[in-house]
Amino acid sequence: MKVTPLYEKHKALGGKIVTFAGWELPVQYAGVIPEHTATRTAAGLFDVSHMGEIFVTGPEAEAAIMYLTSNNISTLTDGKAQYGAILNEKGGVVDDIIVYRYSKERYLICVNASNADNDFAWFTKHNKHNAKFENKSAEYGQIALQGPNAQKIIEQIPGLRDAAALTYFHFKEVSVAGVTVIAARTGYTGEDGFEFFIPASQTVDIWNLLLEAGASLGLQPCGLGARDSLRLEACYPLHGHELGEEISALESGLGWVIKFDKGDFIGKTALEAEKSAGVKRSLVGFFVTDPGIVRENEKVFSADGKEIGKTTSGTKTPTIGKSLGLAIIDKSHSAVGSKIFCEVRGKKLQCEVVQKPFYKR
Amino acid sequence: MSIPAELKYTKDHEWIKLEGGVATVGVTEFAQSELGEIVFADLPAIGKQVTAGSPFCVLESTKAASDVYAPIAGTVKAVNAALSDDPTKVNTSPYGDGWLAKLEGIDESELTALMTAEQYAKHIGQ
Repeated sequence: MKVTPLYEKHKALGGKIVTFAGWELPVQYAGVIPEHTATRTAAGLFDVSHMGEIFVTGPEAEAAIMYLTSNNISTLTDGKAQYGAILNEKGGVVDDIIVYRYSKERYLICVNASNADNDFAWFTKHNKHNAKFENKSAEYGQIALQGPNAQKIIEQIPGLRDAAALTYFHFKEVSVAGVTVIAARTGYTGEDGFEFFIPASQTVDIWNLLLEAGASLGLQPCGLGARDSLRLEACYPLHGHELGEEISALESGLGWVIKFDKGDFIGKTALEAEKSAGVKRSLVGFFVTDPGIVRENEKVFSADGKEIGKTTSGTKTPTIGKSLGLAIIDKSHSAVGSKIFCEVRGKKLQCEVVQKPFYKR
Repeated sequence: MSIPAELKYTKDHEWIKLEGGVATVGVTEFAQSELGEIVFADLPAIGKQVTAGSPFCVLESTKAASDVYAPIAGTVKAVNAALSDDPTKVNTSPYGDGWLAKLEGIDESELTALMTAEQYAKHIGQ
């Protein structure tokens, strides 16, 4: 079992440690609901050190990333970041990623925790451009600061305050007490905020600085439980739920980060064929209108009893205050307002397809 | 953690109280603190027959659904309808207003096999 640099800190703060993707991390401290609410109304601090960091360098770096991922990174400028996906030949998702461009010949790719080694192996295997790939996941800790007070909090910290002027999906290196921190205005909660990549040995120091600066601004440490309920309200997909190797990226709702008008990329042929034939299913958001909670992997039925798909995520979330979820279902039943039925413990609960996202700040 | 002396307990953190041939069942204070804030209580239908040790309710927090096991066999006589408006009663009053269900048609001798308050305290390391 792996631990992040903040493991002892989490225990000292009363974090309830669970195992996630091979890592020991807190699922909560004070509770999922207060942590979720704090992030939406003030700020939340998340240990995301389990995420992976892969560097891509050299004259072939851009060409390699263009081939290996779905989005068009040639539109990036220095200091800009972009969300995308690593696709397999069938058009399924190996992982969803963010690519950060330092320069035309240097990129950082942030990947999911459970997939870091897998993604690196995938890149290595398919590196026909011979770019240089380095898996530096072990060298970095990562902390996310999210919420309406995030900028005010970093403005209290010398060095870190240099990141306050960053606009959305931009990043820069800042120096905090002599430590080089990569600060990015990105996040997975639907709030304003930052994600910081920090040398592993300095992660605790930066965590402490943030916690202290945020104390008077309502900052609370948050665990994986709140991270999940926050991203669900914002309708951000999660690999292993909305995204997977066996699910078409188009059915997962990633069409907006698949650029068919760029050159060849892994998955292009399969997805072009799927588009021509007509994408059969789509990702919908739903409210549960009968009493009950619908989570992932439940069967979805139409009103006339036909099985039309499966749920991918769900719970009752704190800000929206309703039982809701995401599902990939037949397109014919995906229009907003459609009545669908999700089966929970043998009982069919009536649900209604609603507009995504559930939450917008 | 509060562990009322007059109740009996199970290893899975349910409590049971016998009054006039009817057994009231809930979860302990320890259980509610482990579960976190309850957002939904899925209670059984009136008349459902339960066997000892079988899951018969589900308590849902934001993060997860947790089974509640029937401490003894019986038939569901009543469920706590107040929980549909306010499931957090399970958290704030686990031995009082947060009760889950009442069982009838029970065999009172089955309670003797359950833990006393003292045994349950040891069980949760108190």
